[in-house]
Amino acid sequence: MAEVKKIATRESYGATLVELGRLDDKIVVMDADLAGSTKSGMFGKEFPDRFFNCGIAEQNMIGVAAGFATMGLKPFVSTFAMFAVCRPYEQIRNSIGYPHLNVKICASHGGVSVGADGASHQCCEDFALMRTIPGMLVMCPSDDVEARQMVKAAYEYNGPVYIRFARSATPVYHDENYKFEVGKGEIVSDGGDVAIIANGIVLPEVVKAAEILKAEGISARVINMGTIKPIDKDLVIDSAKVCGKIITVEEHTVIGGLGEAVCSVLAENYPAPVKRLGINDVYGYSGEANELMAAFGLCADGISAAAREFVNGK
Amino acid sequence: MTNEDRKALALFAVTVREDIVKSTTAAGSGHPGGSLSAAEYLTYLYEKEMRVDPKNPRDPNRDRFVLSKGHAAPALYAVLAREGFFPVEDLIRLRKIDSHLQGHPNMNSTPGVDMSTGSLGQGISAAAGMAAGAKLLKNGANVYCLNGDGEIAEGEVWEAMMFAAHYRLDNLCVAVDVNGLQIDGKTSDVMNSEPLDKKFEAFGARVTKIDGHDFDEIERALNFFHANIGSGQPTVILLKTVKGKGVSFMENAVGWHGKTAKPAECEQALAELETARKKILEA
Repeated sequence: MAEVKKIATRESYGATLVELGRLDDKIVVMDADLAGSTKSGMFGKEFPDRFFNCGIAEQNMIGVAAGFATMGLKPFVSTFAMFAVCRPYEQIRNSIGYPHLNVKICASHGGVSVGADGASHQCCEDFALMRTIPGMLVMCPSDDVEARQMVKAAYEYNGPVYIRFARSATPVYHDENYKFEVGKGEIVSDGGDVAIIANGIVLPEVVKAAEILKAEGISARVINMGTIKPIDKDLVIDSAKVCGKIITVEEHTVIGGLGEAVCSVLAENYPAPVKRLGINDVYGYSGEANELMAAFGLCADGISAAAREFVNGK
Repeated sequence: MTNEDRKALALFAVTVREDIVKSTTAAGSGHPGGSLSAAEYLTYLYEKEMRVDPKNPRDPNRDRFVLSKGHAAPALYAVLAREGFFPVEDLIRLRKIDSHLQGHPNMNSTPGVDMSTGSLGQGISAAAGMAAGAKLLKNGANVYCLNGDGEIAEGEVWEAMMFAAHYRLDNLCVAVDVNGLQIDGKTSDVMNSEPLDKKFEAFGARVTKIDGHDFDEIERALNFFHANIGSGQPTVILLKTVKGKGVSFMENAVGWHGKTAKPAECEQALAELETARKKILEA
């Protein structure tokens, strides 16, 4: 693979917020003392009057965002995924989800690629928790190009949205012609032996895994499922029809996230064997991002090995 | 306040109490005790204080009210209905399957409800967001929030107060219905929250303590709030109240937090309220 540009999707978020902020003075941004890390601080620097650091008080931050939304403002709320979702889950459920308020929860530092901070900061439960909230869009971009479009799509949707961005810089594999659409998956490359459905920064590794498999004579359809809820039902069913077997790959617990969303679609519509790759009901630990991704099998070698076994019926 | 004003407000509060007792009895569930303790404050807010229009309940420039102690919904519903936000006949359908009057306030189903609440500690954060939003939009809206004294054990309440002081939300008026009781017993036994005045002052608010059943004192407290606008500090009104106020067997009785009057008890309560009404008229 040629050297490609690497950008952390949290950077894409910060830059897009600034861009949107110039167009719409109803946008307000909040953070809980992590504005430098989540990149919401980029907005704060340009629009200090519309930026509210809430201090280390995430539950209140969610409620304040709800209050802003009732006034017709368009709040974007950021902190690490652990503290944006897990800690104030009930506040999101009751103060944002239930009244269906126009609040965008844009978390950075999802998954184990958070790295050295260890398990306390590696949120692998955010997709599962946010999927349970009626009316909530749940999305996770796979690179900079998709992340920027996703932020704009979230802005255009009138209702609650959750997006997870990543801490680490990862390859930008989409070109500028890519068009993200809420609720639509993207066939990155097509194949007929197995479909690999993934999202987030693991996508470039899935693409590499598909190349490894191709060299061995296994043809994989690679799908980038940027929207976890609502999931692209048609594409999941079509992939089961075309490929027979499905593998899901996510930097998230295998419980309740992308993998189980895919399983639900198939169980109710077109039963097919599924192998879920992700964090297997365990906690992460400290290490470098790439070391951890490899340790949890979320790398080209791990994914291709799992696919090889699955396709060969082991 | 003229004698006539005082009389009219007192009569309104009696009607609100009747509505609370009737609606919760018809529902067979709900929270009469903490609804009855808030009757005067809510009456005053909607009759005298807030700039709201029942014909245009979503006017973007209106004042906002958040019932952070959402279980007092029967009191809020009674006041809203009597103000004309929706038909009084709806009240008897409280908590019923096809009613817009949910067990706890729902901003999307009931006209006049500015925020969905019920999970304690959350309304005050939304109120702080509304107050910060009103400042940003420069629309002149004031935001009123009513909390319970059991509710303030929630840490989020204090997060919200810190936020309100930090962002100088002097357009935010937080009242606490200090009726001294919560589900499991006396607030002082379950989780002592006193001294409330010192706590709220330490969090940067200007605090006044009043008799929450006395309209003159409520008026003075809200004048205190208006005088604080411009100070950069939020206002806190500590309402000393009696849980179950106005119904003898419910007053200061722990058991009436989430229990409703049976039909015979309801009759007795309504008879007592009728006596109270006559007294006001004769005074």
